[in-house]
Amino acid sequence: MSDLKKIKDEFLTKLNQKLNLSEINKIKSDLFGKNGLISSQFKRIGSIAENNRKKFASDLNIIKNELQELINFKMKEIENAEINEKLEKERIDVTLPERNFIIGKIHPVSQTIDEISSIFSEIGFSVEEGPDVENEYNNFTALNTPDHHPARDMHDTFYLDEKKEKLLRTHTSPVQIRTMLKDKPPFKIIAPGRTYRSDSDQTHAPMFHQVEGLHIDKDINMGHLKGCLDYFIKEFFEVKKIKMRFRPSHFPFTEPSAEVDIGYEIKDGKIIIGEGDKWLEILGCGMVHPNVLKNVKVDPIKFQGYAFGIGIDRLAMLKYGINDLRAFFECDYRWLNHFGFDPLDVPTNYRGLSR
Amino acid sequence: MKITFDWLKDHLNTNLKEEKLLEQLTNIGLEVETVESLSAGKELFKVAKIVKTEKHPNADRLKVCDVDIGEKQLKKVVCGADNAKEGLITIYAPPGAVVPKNKTKLVIAKIRGVTSYGMLCSESELNLSDESDGISELPTLKYEKKIGKSYFSKLNSNLINLSITPNRPDCLGIKGIARDLAASGFGKLIPTKEKKIKSNKKQTLKVKIIKDKVQGCTAFGSCLITNVNNTESPQWLKDKLLSIGQKPISAIVDITNYVMLDINRPLHAYDADKIEKGIIVRNSKSGEEFTALDNKKYRLENNMCVIADSKGVLGLGGIIGGTRSGTEFDTKNILLESAYFEPKSIRGTAKKLNIDTDAKFRFERGIDPLSIEDGLNKAALLIKEICGGEISKIDIQKIQTYKSKTIKFDPNLFEKISGFKISTKEMLKILDDLCFKYKKNKKHLELTIPSWRPDISQEIDIVEELVRISGYEKIKIVNPIKERTKSTLTQTQKLFHFLQRSIASKGYLEVITWSFTDSNYNDYFKGKNKEIKIVNPISSELGVLRNSIFSNLVIHMNKNLDRGFKDLSIFEIGPIFIGSNPGEQKTVVCGLSAGKKFRQSWIDNERNVDVFDVKRDVVQTLVEAGYNSDKFFIDSETPDYYHPGKSGRLFLNKGKDQIAAYFGEIHPNIIKKVDLKSESLVGFEIFLDHLKLPKKTLNDQKTKFTVSDYQKSERDFAFIVNKELSSQDLINVISSVDQKLISNINVFDVYEGEKIPANQKSIAINVTIQSPEKTLNDNDLEKINKLIIESVENKTGAKIRS
Repeated sequence: MSDLKKIKDEFLTKLNQKLNLSEINKIKSDLFGKNGLISSQFKRIGSIAENNRKKFASDLNIIKNELQELINFKMKEIENAEINEKLEKERIDVTLPERNFIIGKIHPVSQTIDEISSIFSEIGFSVEEGPDVENEYNNFTALNTPDHHPARDMHDTFYLDEKKEKLLRTHTSPVQIRTMLKDKPPFKIIAPGRTYRSDSDQTHAPMFHQVEGLHIDKDINMGHLKGCLDYFIKEFFEVKKIKMRFRPSHFPFTEPSAEVDIGYEIKDGKIIIGEGDKWLEILGCGMVHPNVLKNVKVDPIKFQGYAFGIGIDRLAMLKYGINDLRAFFECDYRWLNHFGFDPLDVPTNYRGLSR
Repeated sequence: MKITFDWLKDHLNTNLKEEKLLEQLTNIGLEVETVESLSAGKELFKVAKIVKTEKHPNADRLKVCDVDIGEKQLKKVVCGADNAKEGLITIYAPPGAVVPKNKTKLVIAKIRGVTSYGMLCSESELNLSDESDGISELPTLKYEKKIGKSYFSKLNSNLINLSITPNRPDCLGIKGIARDLAASGFGKLIPTKEKKIKSNKKQTLKVKIIKDKVQGCTAFGSCLITNVNNTESPQWLKDKLLSIGQKPISAIVDITNYVMLDINRPLHAYDADKIEKGIIVRNSKSGEEFTALDNKKYRLENNMCVIADSKGVLGLGGIIGGTRSGTEFDTKNILLESAYFEPKSIRGTAKKLNIDTDAKFRFERGIDPLSIEDGLNKAALLIKEICGGEISKIDIQKIQTYKSKTIKFDPNLFEKISGFKISTKEMLKILDDLCFKYKKNKKHLELTIPSWRPDISQEIDIVEELVRISGYEKIKIVNPIKERTKSTLTQTQKLFHFLQRSIASKGYLEVITWSFTDSNYNDYFKGKNKEIKIVNPISSELGVLRNSIFSNLVIHMNKNLDRGFKDLSIFEIGPIFIGSNPGEQKTVVCGLSAGKKFRQSWIDNERNVDVFDVKRDVVQTLVEAGYNSDKFFIDSETPDYYHPGKSGRLFLNKGKDQIAAYFGEIHPNIIKKVDLKSESLVGFEIFLDHLKLPKKTLNDQKTKFTVSDYQKSERDFAFIVNKELSSQDLINVISSVDQKLISNINVFDVYEGEKIPANQKSIAINVTIQSPEKTLNDNDLEKINKLIIESVENKTGAKIRS
C-alpha cells in the first residue's frame, strides 16, 4: 500500500467521525498546512522516478481533491448546524400582538361630498363655493324672496347684526347668485357646503350640509332637470333602477318648482332605496325663476335652466344606514371609527364610489 | 291646512276613493303630510258624572272619584284635577282608550296603592283645546241626559293634513282645494249658489278708513246683525269643526271660523254695543296699548294698522281682535267685519309684535280682495239662520279698488320650459277650470288672473300652473351627456381634498363641528381675532362664530376623554371667521392629539405625543401636497394658546410672507381651565388660504430625473453652540457651504449638561457628501470638511468639539 493510499484511508476515516469546527481545522492543517501531509507529498513530486512521476502526481491530485471536498462539505455542514441552532434559539412567540397602527378616518359627510362631486363631474359640472356668512341680499332678495315674503319664515335664520343684513346662509343657493354675477352663461356648477338654520331637535341640526346645483344654458328644460337627477340618484345609490317622483312644490327662486321623492321600503329593519311603496323626500328643485336671472343680469329670454338643492347629511344617512342626524356633529370617537371612511377610499368612477 | 274628504265633497262631486284623493292632492302640489283617523277609538270616550270624591289615602293632591258612566256599577277613578268634584259632568276614558294628545293607551293601574279604572280627561288631552288646567267641565243641562253616551259624535272622514306652500293662499280654503282638484280631473266643482243679504236696513255704525301714508287696510266691508241670540252651534256645524280638530265655541265664532276655513275669508265679529260711535281704521301711534283675545297686552309702535273707535284700539286689523269688543254668549248686536289687509303690513306688524294667528297667516299670504261680500253674505245668513236677528245692508269702505291682473302668455313657452307638449285646447281647458279668463290673439293668450291668485304675475307662473295640472309625470327624462369641458375642481379645491385625506392618513379622525362655539372657549383660542356674536344664537353655548377650530376640538376631545378614551387624534377642515362680513373667513386644517404615542406594551416604550409628532404631521402633509421642505422656515412665534416654548410656526419659504402653519403644545393654563385630563395635548393649524399654490405642477416637477451613482461619504460633526442658536440655522449654514456636494444633513444628537458650558449646547450632525460628477478623493473630502467647520464657526460662533 502506497503512502498516498494510507493517508487517504486514514483521513477519510477521521473525517467521517463526528467533528467540530476546530477538529476539522486541525485536520485541514495536518493535510494542507505548510508541512501538512499532502503538502509534503507535493514537495516530493520532483524526487520521484521519472517513469512513476506522472502517475504519482495524478494520484496525489485526486486524493487532494477528494479530501478537500470532504473537508469543505463537513465545514458547511457544521456551519449550517450552528446557524440552525442559533435561529432555533431566536425563536419568538409570533402570536404576541403586533405594533399598533393608527389610521384616521374621513367623516361620512366629507366622503359623501366627494361621491357627489365625482358623479356630477362625469356630466360636466364643476365645483363652486361661497362664504358661510352671507348678506341678506344674496341669501334672500336676489333669490326672489323679498323681505315681506312668507317663505322667509321657513328659514329660521341666524343673524350677525341687529339690522339683519348679515346672516349665516340658510341654504347654498346664494352660490348661484355669486356664480352668475361673476361669470357669463352658460353655467353648470354644483356647490356643496355648510348651511345654517336656528332649528335644533332630533331631526334638525343648527348646521347641516347642502349641495346646490345650477345648469343654465339656452335650451335647458325640465326634461334635462329630471334626467340629471335621475342619473344622480341612481349613481349615488349605486342601483340600476330607481323609483322617483317629481311633485309640484314652491320655492321663490324657481318656477316651476318640484320636490323629489324616492321610493323605499323597510326590510328586516333596514331601509331599501329605490323600491317599495313609501316615499321619501330627498331634494327640492325647479327651473330658475326669471326674476333671479334678471337679478344677476342674465337675460331670461335667451337663457334658462334648472337649479336644485340636496341635503347631504340626509343622503349620507340613507346610503350608509345612519339613523341619527345629531350624531354627525357629536364627534364620538366610536361613531367616527364606525361610520368613517379609510382615507385611501377616494370615490372614483372607475373603481366605484364605495366598497 | 286640515281638511276632510267629506268637507271637500261640499264643493266637489266625485265617486273616487280617498286613496286616490291623497295621491292626486300630492300630484298637484298640495302635499299630504299626514292622514289621521279622528274617529278610531273615539267612541270609547264617554260622558260621565262624578258621584262622589274622596281624598286619596296616600296622596294629598289626588282624589278617588266614583264615576257614573251609565252602567250599573260606578267606576273608581283616581284623579289629580282640582276641579274634580261631586256632581261634575265630564269626559271619561276607559282602560284601552288611547289618549289623543299623547297617544298613550290607558290601562287599569294602581296609583299610589289605589286601583284606577280609566281616566277623567282634560280638554287638552282630547285635543279639544289648550286647556290643560283641570278636567273638562260639560254643561249639566245639556249633558245630564247623555251620561254613558259617547262624547264624540260619529266621525267618518279621516283628517288630512296638507302642507300648503306660501304661494297658494287660495288653497287655505276647502273650496280652493276643490277647484284645483277639479281642474286636474278629480271630480267636478259644485258651483256655489251665492245667496245675498236682502235687507233695506242701513248699516248704521259709521266706518272710516283714514288715508294714512301707508294704510294697511284698503277695503273694509261690514254689516250689522241686531237682536241675535248667540248660542251653541248646531250639531252639523260642531261636527264640521270637530272633524278638522277645531273646538266649537259659540255659534258666532264657529260661523266665522267655518267661513274662513271653507272659502279662506277671515271675518271678525265685534259686539256692536261695545264700539263707541263708529269704526276708525287708522295707523297706530307709538305707545298705544290694547288687550288682545289671547289675553296679552300689546304695546304698539307707529304705523300699525289698527281697527279703533273713539275710545281707542279695538284690534290689530287682520291679525287679532281685542277683548274689549269681543262677542260673548250674551252679545245682542254684532258688527261683522270682512276687510282686505295688505300682506306686507300684516307681516311687518306681526313680526314686530311676535304674534302668530290664523288670520295673520292668511292675510300675509294674500286674501281674495273680491271675497269681502261673499264672506259677509255667507256668514250673516248663517248667523241669522242659527241665532236669529236682523241683518243690515252691507257697507264697504275702500281707499283702493281692486284691478284684475292680465298677462300676455305665449303658449310656446310651455314646451320651451317643460320639454313636453300639450295642445292649446288642453291649455285652455286647464286655465278655464282654474277660472282664468282668456282672449286668444294671433300669438298670445291674454289671460285675466283670478282675484284669489296673488302668486301669479308673469308668464312663467302660467307655465307652472299648466305643468302642475297636466302632471309632472309627463315630463320626459333627457339623459345627461357625459362630457366635461372644464375641470371639476380648482387647484385650491384639490389642495383642500388632498390635505383632508393626507391628515386622515396620519391617524387623525375627521370630525365636523358647528361653525359656532362657546364664547368662553373661543376666548382661549381667538388669538388676535375679534369675537363675532350671533344675534339670535340657539343657546348661549353656541353664541359666537368660531375664531379658531381649536375651541370645538377641545370641547369634543374632552367629551371623548370622558368616554374613557386616552390616546386620540381628531381634526377638522373648515372655516374660521375673522370678521362678520361675507368672505371674512379662512379655511383651516386643525388637528388635536391627546395622550400617548405609545402606551405600555410588551414591545415599545411609553411615550407621550409631543410637539415633534405634530410637527412631523404638518411637515409631511405639506411635503405630500407638493411643497419643498428644504425651503421651509420655522420659528417659535406662536399665538398665546400654544405653549410659548414648545410650539412653532412654519413658513413655506424663508421670505416669511404668510404663515403656513402653527404647531405645538396647547398652553398648560388652557388645559387646566378647560379641565382636560390627559398626559399631553398637542395640536396644529394649517392655513389653506396661505399656501401659495406651487407654480409648477407635480407633473412638471417630475420631468427632470437626475441621480448620482458616485460614491457617498458621510462625516459626523459635533459643535458647541449658544443655546439660542436654532438647529435650523446651523443646518442652513452647512448646506450653504456647497449645495451641490452636500446631499443630506441629519441632526443625530442634541446635548446640554455635563462637560458643556452653561448657556451652550452640543449639536451633533451627520453630513452626507456626494458629487454628481465624480468620486471624491480624500483630499476633496478634507477640503469640504474644513469648509464646513470654518463656516459654522465663523457664522454662528460655534466651536467644533474635538
